[in-house]
Amino acid sequence: MTLHRPTTSAELAAIVAEARAARTPLAIGGGLTRSGLGRPVQAAAEISTRGLTGITLYEPAELVIAARAGTPLREVTEALAAKGQRLPFEPMDHRRLYGTTGEPTVGGVAAGNVSGPARINLGAARDSMIGLKFVNGRGEDIKSGGRVMKNVTGLDLVKALAGSHGTLGIFHEICFKVLPVAESEATLQLGGLTDIQAIEALSTALGSPFEPTGAAHLPAGGGEAARTLLRIEGFAPSIAYRSGELAKLLKRFGMLETIAQDQAAALWRDIRDAALYAGSGTAVWRISVAPSKAAALGAKLAGRGARLFYDWGGGLIWAAVEPAGDAEASFVHAQAKAAGGHATLVRAPDAVRLAVDVFDPPAPPLMAMQKKLKASLDPDGILNPGRMYAGV
Amino acid sequence: MTIAFPEPRPDVLAKRDEVIARLRQIVPGEGVISEENERRAFETDALTSYRRVPMVVVLPETTEQVAEILRFCHQEGVPVVARGAGTSLAGGAIPQEDAVVLGVAKMNQVLETNFADRTMRVQSGITNLAISGEVAHAGFFYAPDPSSQLACTIAGNVAMNSGGAHCLKYGVTANNILGLKLVTVEGEVVDIGGEALDSGGYDLIGLIVGSEGQLGVVTEVTVRILRSAEGARPVLFGFDEIGQAGRTVADIIGAGIIPVAIEYMDKQAIEICEAFAHAGYPLDVEAMLIIEVEGSDAEMDATLARIVTIAKTHDVKVIKESKSAMETAAIWKGRKSAFGATGRVADYICMDGTIPTGRLPEVLEGIDRIVKGYGLRVANVFHAGDGNLHPLVMFNVNDPEEQVKAEHAGEDILRLCVQVGGCLTGEHGVGIEKRDLMREQFNDTDLLQQTRIKSALDPKWILNPAKVFPLDAPREPLPGAPAEPPRQAA
Ligand SMILES: Cc1cc2nc3c(=O)[nH]c(=O)nc-3n(C[C@H](O)[C@@H](O)[C@@H](O)COP(=O)(O)OP(=O)(O)OC[C@H]3O[C@@H](n4cnc5c(N)ncnc54)[C@H](O)[C@@H]3O)c2cc1C
Ligand SMILES: Cc1cc2nc3c(=O)[nH]c(=O)nc-3n(C[C@H](O)[C@H](O)[C@H](O)COP(=O)(O)OP(=O)(O)OC[C@H]3O[C@@H](n4cnc5c(N)ncnc54)[C@H](O)[C@@H]3O)c2cc1C
Repeated sequence: MTLHRPTTSAELAAIVAEARAARTPLAIGGGLTRSGLGRPVQAAAEISTRGLTGITLYEPAELVIAARAGTPLREVTEALAAKGQRLPFEPMDHRRLYGTTGEPTVGGVAAGNVSGPARINLGAARDSMIGLKFVNGRGEDIKSGGRVMKNVTGLDLVKALAGSHGTLGIFHEICFKVLPVAESEATLQLGGLTDIQAIEALSTALGSPFEPTGAAHLPAGGGEAARTLLRIEGFAPSIAYRSGELAKLLKRFGMLETIAQDQAAALWRDIRDAALYAGSGTAVWRISVAPSKAAALGAKLAGRGARLFYDWGGGLIWAAVEPAGDAEASFVHAQAKAAGGHATLVRAPDAVRLAVDVFDPPAPPLMAMQKKLKASLDPDGILNPGRMYAGV
Repeated sequence: MTIAFPEPRPDVLAKRDEVIARLRQIVPGEGVISEENERRAFETDALTSYRRVPMVVVLPETTEQVAEILRFCHQEGVPVVARGAGTSLAGGAIPQEDAVVLGVAKMNQVLETNFADRTMRVQSGITNLAISGEVAHAGFFYAPDPSSQLACTIAGNVAMNSGGAHCLKYGVTANNILGLKLVTVEGEVVDIGGEALDSGGYDLIGLIVGSEGQLGVVTEVTVRILRSAEGARPVLFGFDEIGQAGRTVADIIGAGIIPVAIEYMDKQAIEICEAFAHAGYPLDVEAMLIIEVEGSDAEMDATLARIVTIAKTHDVKVIKESKSAMETAAIWKGRKSAFGATGRVADYICMDGTIPTGRLPEVLEGIDRIVKGYGLRVANVFHAGDGNLHPLVMFNVNDPEEQVKAEHAGEDILRLCVQVGGCLTGEHGVGIEKRDLMREQFNDTDLLQQTRIKSALDPKWILNPAKVFPLDAPREPLPGAPAEPPRQAA
């Protein structure tokens, strides 16, 4: 397989234009830490973004940072940390889930709309993405958005391409809106709740004025009691006040304890990365539903032997199932759909991911719109063919 | 009049009776407006210096009716201009003589409120304020708060990706929408997203929000509702120099504080708003900031104390902390009435560019130079947290020459915004107003990619024509699509 490693956007555009002329499909890779994500791509050539690196703009007082797509995410988070700032969407690190060793890149995060537990309060990656430069499937270099937070000039291709998994364009530079790191944070825990009680407790907290930036439930299992977790952030006096108010609000669910900060940080990282399922050979589903539908859906999955946990701030059920057969694909998609949600098969053997729908199939009119969008950006289908849907 | 409208198409005008008859079949009763004096109410929006009386107006009450209307108009090649409340400042809802105006104002019901999921499903003609009003009793609200929120509809907010003073913390429309019911130009009803945070496949919500009625008609919206903070309180600062205000904002953010709102007003804006609202604004300063924080009383005290300390390091001249709900209301009344108050003093055009906030002092100087160069006056109000400027360029509407000068001054200001790294519009949209400036920000390749998406979803270009894209923007017909009739600018 040919491997292209452009170092400028002009080179990138030329490679794509040539590939299009030759009708050669291209696989797009950044750090390749998520190569297990989506459907396996069948392509004759690969473009690596790892030659496109560097932070191109960082204005802490304006809360913006831009970097070229192959830049390791770590470089960006370190630059931000040095000024007391962060990416609000808390990008997940897939390495533990997939057992991969590469470096997650900025482009991969944007292409996957990779977000974490703070999402309910601070938004997903797409909410922080304000500018995008990319090469479309015709080999044209295009920009959308910019470096200012508010921008409604023309169609918003930034959001349309966030989470498109390299099937609409190859990103070469992305600009994010950032936030200050909170002065302090605390994690509060309730023990021994059922899923139903836990979701009620978390929804109560999220419907309060105390602004949790993380809400998760780890059901009992492996000899451990269930833990229901809430994270709050802010200035020290706010934390003390909010902890007290949340304890009052959630009294009927039990005693709210505060967890030690280092232990809490590790716990949120585990939740963010679905690390509970690291190492095991299970297939893993990520299911996004409305809170009121979650407990019933969770019970149905558990009834089929799935192991579950809820990243409730992220609006997610994570479920581990046997990787055999269709890895429960038809059951999970049908149940998620009935609950008005969406399910993605995040980990499974290649053969399974090729055979089943990794993303749930959209209703026909919605699929038709998606195909039109794809055709307008990549008319010959040369970018990551089949990654999201067979034939798209 | 510097903005060109396309010549109405004779073939469409010739079909007028047929169009009206068919629309009456679809929407019975008073939902079809054909009398000229009644159609006139729809000839413009809040960009009142431009107007065109539409061919006919239709006010459907259901999604099915919207679908039938579009199916028919698409088949016949009749232009359709979707309309909410007509408060667009960019001329986004101004029709042409050969267009059907499709107003969603009658579709204004709340369909479902779900506090546990913190979502609400509404018909798209409901006003922005009515959404918050519906859930206020439970301590909830819908976050994006354009100053026009009493009148403007969620349909218009979605189309324009509207923002407001409190968007610094809560984001704009795009960040607060979970689902849309969209009718395509072919009359297909598409449900995009829903109650869950993720929607399947490509982010079509992200594409539709801000698309200014170019890609389909929105009939229902699922919004996120948020729990209101325990309290909110502003502090008002007056400075002798613009730079001091700018550095105060930078240092507040640098200190890790994100207030819910940071609003800036210059001397001219302060004077105009104070004369109207009697808000107690200082008249002896060059620049004013209104900074609002939220939380419990103790939290607000602590945060405001830190903010005041920072302002003092930049020689703040006036500090006014609100001590009561009444004082808070007065401070905001002054700011929120900026457009109306200016309208009492002079005719004005409201520009809406954004800039990197670090360039504020030089941009304000530039604006001053530009406007003086045309012999005009300007008042500046500005969302200082996110760089969204609203220069109000004042002129006399009875002096056509002055109006043209004001338009040119406005265009020069927007060019300046783009030159310093900003953009043409932060929240009002492109509409017809900034259509011809799009090349300042985008090259032909960028534009062509946008028009290809337009062509893919509206192959005959009948949805809100002559808006957003320059009339001569590059286009490619999709393979197999009917060729478009040539368009002539008048
Ligand atoms: C259904 C699904 C759900 C996911 N959920 C989450 C989640 O909840 N949280 C989370 O943190 N992450 C999630 N991800 C993962 C995210 O996609 C990560 O893929 C990403 O950060 C990997 O970085 P990388 O550089 O190693 O990417 P790679 O493994 O190299 O690539 C990841 C994907 O992005 C594409 N890509 C990479 N670089 C570019 C580029 N420059 N331009 C265009 N496309 C590019 C690749 O083709 C591939 O499809 C999810 C992914 C999928 C498919
Ligand atoms: C005094 C005043 C203050 C304002 N303050 C702000 C502010 O603070 N922030 C801000 O962002 N804006 C502000 N605006 C601008 C304006 O209110 C917003 O753009 C608003 O979102 C328009 O809503 P509307 O219902 O009036 O839409 P309209 O003006 O009727 O239409 C606006 C656009 O939306 C399209 N559209 C309408 N309905 C639909 C539909 N159902 N489907 C698809 N497209 C549709 C139209 O075709 C048009 O392009 C202000 C305006 C005024 C007059």
